[in-house]
Amino acid sequence: MKTTRAKVRLASVAGLAAVGLVLTGCSAGGAANTGEAKSGQDSRGPITYVQGKDNSNVVRPLIEKWNKAHPDEKVTFKEQSDQADQQHDDLVQHFQAKDENYDVVDVDVVWTAEFAAKGWLTPLTGDMAIDTSKLLPATVKTATYNDTLYAAPQTSDGALLYYRKDLVKTPPTTWDEMMQDCSIAKDAGIGCYAGQFAKYEGLTVNASEAINGSGGSILGKDGSPDVDTADAKAGLQNLVDAFKDGNIPAEAITYQEEQGRTAFEDGKLLFLRNWPYVYNLAKTDGSSKVKDTFGIAPIPGKDGTGASTLGGHNAAISVYSKHKATAHDFLEFLESDETQKFFATQGSLAPVVGDLYTDSELTAKLPYLPTLLKSIESAEPRPVTPFYPAVTKAIQDNSYAALKGSKSVDEAVKDMQAALTTATNSGN
Amino acid sequence: MSAATEIPAAVPDPAGMEPPKRRTGGLNAEHGRWAVYLIGPTIALLAIVIGYPVVSAVVQSFQLDQGLDKATGLFVQGGFAGVTNYVHWLGQQCGTTTCPPGSLGAQFWVSMGNTFFFTVVTVALETVIGVWMAIIMNRDFRGRALVRAAILVPWAIPTAVTAKLWYFIFDANGVLNHVIGQQVLWTSSEWASRWAVIIADTWKTTPFMALLILAGLQLIPEEVYEAGKMDGASTVQRFWNITLPLIKPALMVAVLFRVLDALRMYDLPAILTGGGGGSGNATTTLSILVVDQIRQGFNSASALSTITFLVIFAVAFVFVRFLGANVVQTQAAQQKGELK
Amino acid sequence: MTLAADRPRSVPIRGERADARPDVRVKRHTGQKLRTGVQAVVIAVWCLLPFYWMVVTSFRDVGFTFDATPWPTHVTLDNYTTAFSTALGNHLGRALLNSLLIGGVVTLIALLVGTSAAYALARLEFRGKSLIAGAILAASMFPGVALISPLFQLFTDIGWMGTYQALILPSISFVLPLTVYTLASFFREMPWDLEEAARIDGCTRVQAFRRIILPLAAPAVFTTAILAFISSWNEYLISSQLSSDATQPVTVAIASFAGSQPHQEPYTAVMAAGTIVTIPLVILVLVFQRRIVAGLTAGGVKG
Repeated sequence: MKTTRAKVRLASVAGLAAVGLVLTGCSAGGAANTGEAKSGQDSRGPITYVQGKDNSNVVRPLIEKWNKAHPDEKVTFKEQSDQADQQHDDLVQHFQAKDENYDVVDVDVVWTAEFAAKGWLTPLTGDMAIDTSKLLPATVKTATYNDTLYAAPQTSDGALLYYRKDLVKTPPTTWDEMMQDCSIAKDAGIGCYAGQFAKYEGLTVNASEAINGSGGSILGKDGSPDVDTADAKAGLQNLVDAFKDGNIPAEAITYQEEQGRTAFEDGKLLFLRNWPYVYNLAKTDGSSKVKDTFGIAPIPGKDGTGASTLGGHNAAISVYSKHKATAHDFLEFLESDETQKFFATQGSLAPVVGDLYTDSELTAKLPYLPTLLKSIESAEPRPVTPFYPAVTKAIQDNSYAALKGSKSVDEAVKDMQAALTTATNSGN
Repeated sequence: MSAATEIPAAVPDPAGMEPPKRRTGGLNAEHGRWAVYLIGPTIALLAIVIGYPVVSAVVQSFQLDQGLDKATGLFVQGGFAGVTNYVHWLGQQCGTTTCPPGSLGAQFWVSMGNTFFFTVVTVALETVIGVWMAIIMNRDFRGRALVRAAILVPWAIPTAVTAKLWYFIFDANGVLNHVIGQQVLWTSSEWASRWAVIIADTWKTTPFMALLILAGLQLIPEEVYEAGKMDGASTVQRFWNITLPLIKPALMVAVLFRVLDALRMYDLPAILTGGGGGSGNATTTLSILVVDQIRQGFNSASALSTITFLVIFAVAFVFVRFLGANVVQTQAAQQKGELK
Repeated sequence: MTLAADRPRSVPIRGERADARPDVRVKRHTGQKLRTGVQAVVIAVWCLLPFYWMVVTSFRDVGFTFDATPWPTHVTLDNYTTAFSTALGNHLGRALLNSLLIGGVVTLIALLVGTSAAYALARLEFRGKSLIAGAILAASMFPGVALISPLFQLFTDIGWMGTYQALILPSISFVLPLTVYTLASFFREMPWDLEEAARIDGCTRVQAFRRIILPLAAPAVFTTAILAFISSWNEYLISSQLSSDATQPVTVAIASFAGSQPHQEPYTAVMAAGTIVTIPLVILVLVFQRRIVAGLTAGGVKG
């Protein structure tokens, strides 16, 4: 039996804790409304735009501009983390919960098929259609699933070959040429070539570039796996041989984008395959030793320009949105010339409107645009499949094993084919 | 207050009868009532936050994940799965074939092995280093408070930051390789990547063990050691025969919970190596597999989580039963046991 | 196992200092002091060396991120200003306050609830006790990563998304099993017989608890509090899904630090954030250690 004093003590401490809980409970907290998918084609009103971390501060000014022009259809910006995986999971959680508060979402090009197949994206047909005539065809392909357009391409990204123009006069146009130039690297005592080879999404990008660039493909026209071909093997073999011969430095097996960039800027690489973001940094970084000695070119393939993998983002309308008409107009705003130019000048993000690549104002700011255009025009998207997480795992695991030398290329490609079949066949 | 008295039950009881009832021991009924009040909130909290999701996950593990309707191109609900999901993991069955390399099913047993390897090595290391740290911190020396604050640092840095920090240190061109003068591929070689995870985890969680063991050490009064010294026991003997038995309760709790946590290791291997290393799976743990599977199909992931849970449960059971972690007995029952 | 009868006194006679009598006073040999000192330094270095690297990197210019020189070079304060600058959407200051608030409430409630349960487990006999103790332990056995989806759905359904309680309740549940088991194991080692003797002699239950048990249990309670607080501080998985911009704790805030370019990893800014987040915590614990433990223990007990 507790004494009264003890009871009071206990009660007061418990009360304190309860008060603490209640106080925090009275804080700002959004209650997510759940709703079924309404057609809402004509409804207008405020919407929320969801995107991952806005690295270069382009979204907020754009939204301000829109809000001034549309005071009754204001856009709120919901910013996610900057990790792609977390952005994906966040979107999945909210879609599964049928959240009405996510109206327009920014999706990575490889998620579009998956979300479309799960029935979460509004098809952009009929009233919701947008004009795709001015957009780069490769970008439109990434937003198309089952012959229907499900998202509006927003920004794009393609691979560039960075090379040391003080050591190599003209950039190589084929892979074999590049490997021959490696003797120059050996003489200069530096590594020859590097890309992204750690076991992550970047490996899928590099592996599919190697495979596609040699004429192979990962998924066939009908979406079923078709990687067990001589061309695909040849492509992967290129990378494996380069590792064996030391043309790709051994440590490159741990490289993501940043490590390659650092190595190139330190003057330790002759050629680097990376994204356009490296351009500005290599030119302006205090630590960059190659400020004035590097050039850019499209990546090399078997007989000519290689097949860069397409990066970038699309904007889509959630089926659970209540104000789809506003969302549709916002999509068109994102694809307007002005916005695309702003993406480029402010954020160094490659536009999806083809004409802008030859716009003088933009090329002055981003000298790599014409080269990037060539890269994107010959680009192949990564497999457009609703099973993308399983597909990318199949590619990554087997390519990594081949590059490490744990498996022969033949085995790796065979296993990749089997894993891709498993991935695309069932829901498991 | 009078001098300490020995408990009444110290008198050996040759007739084997129950020791005399303690005055305030009370009847089981009263104990039961109090137990409801005292343990109720705990059970309620755990039931809502952990019990409900667990039950929900187990239920879903018997459903198939969504499959693709080839005609419409849209996903449709899978039906009842029976034990298909479990067979997928335990028997490596992907549909009708064995799971090929590159699919998650094929990585199940490798992950299990990795997880156990990490658990055994990290817990062993952390126990030994933790005990050592605790003993030193228990001694009296100038600046002791600073050392105690120092050992909190690894534990206090958010795990995500620690993982990035070690990723940075273990980089092929990072400071560690710089200092040892070798080009070890910490994030990619099979054994180097495993040791990288072990080093990072040990650095981060040894303070946890050290703190708990230190609390246990602080219960041991000085006289015990002095008595031991007067009896001529050496330092090592004093450690084995006095210190270790007396910190056993705290040590057992610390080791038990470390084992449970290590079996669910996720952050460090995921950020350091992405589960890669070796030919691609040297550091994949069961939790990494669960996260990857969640992205491909939640129901199958639930089955994997349930399997993981059962494995951990089995380990804990062995631990409690055979290694003598005394977790449920009251002091009275414990002392009763000692008299036998 | 030593007999209970032979178990040494666990509490000195009141008023007697442990080393008062010279004939039993332990002589501190210089040799032992030196050995202890050296080992203490080794421990401190082992714990602080990577942290040192974190601090050095945090002061390094982002263009020289991968510079491996072991001492500070290219020193700049940019990373710290970036970490706190709200222009880029980093709200580290607010996230710090959130973490402190959440951690505080979690610790308080976990201690309250956990102490009661631990007392019950250590002192009471009742039916189904093993089952309940096992259930509490089992709560620590399920992979946390798999709990996120159902919890997300649950909190969305009851409208708690982005609220503080959505962050506090899961954290309490994650730390409760450890709290209960740690305190229970310490309570079992307490001299309850002394407490009962004191009650027989006229103290109330509470007085006896406070004068005899609590000082001895103070290190355990304090240790459990630290572990609970830091565990809540470290929590990321659930917080990342359930928090909103206004309520996100530091772990989530740091995870979304970004460079100014896509693909760019702002290591130096993350290291700065890590330093900002760690040092106040350590100071906090240092201060609390001296105050609380000293306040609870009434002479003669190691603190």
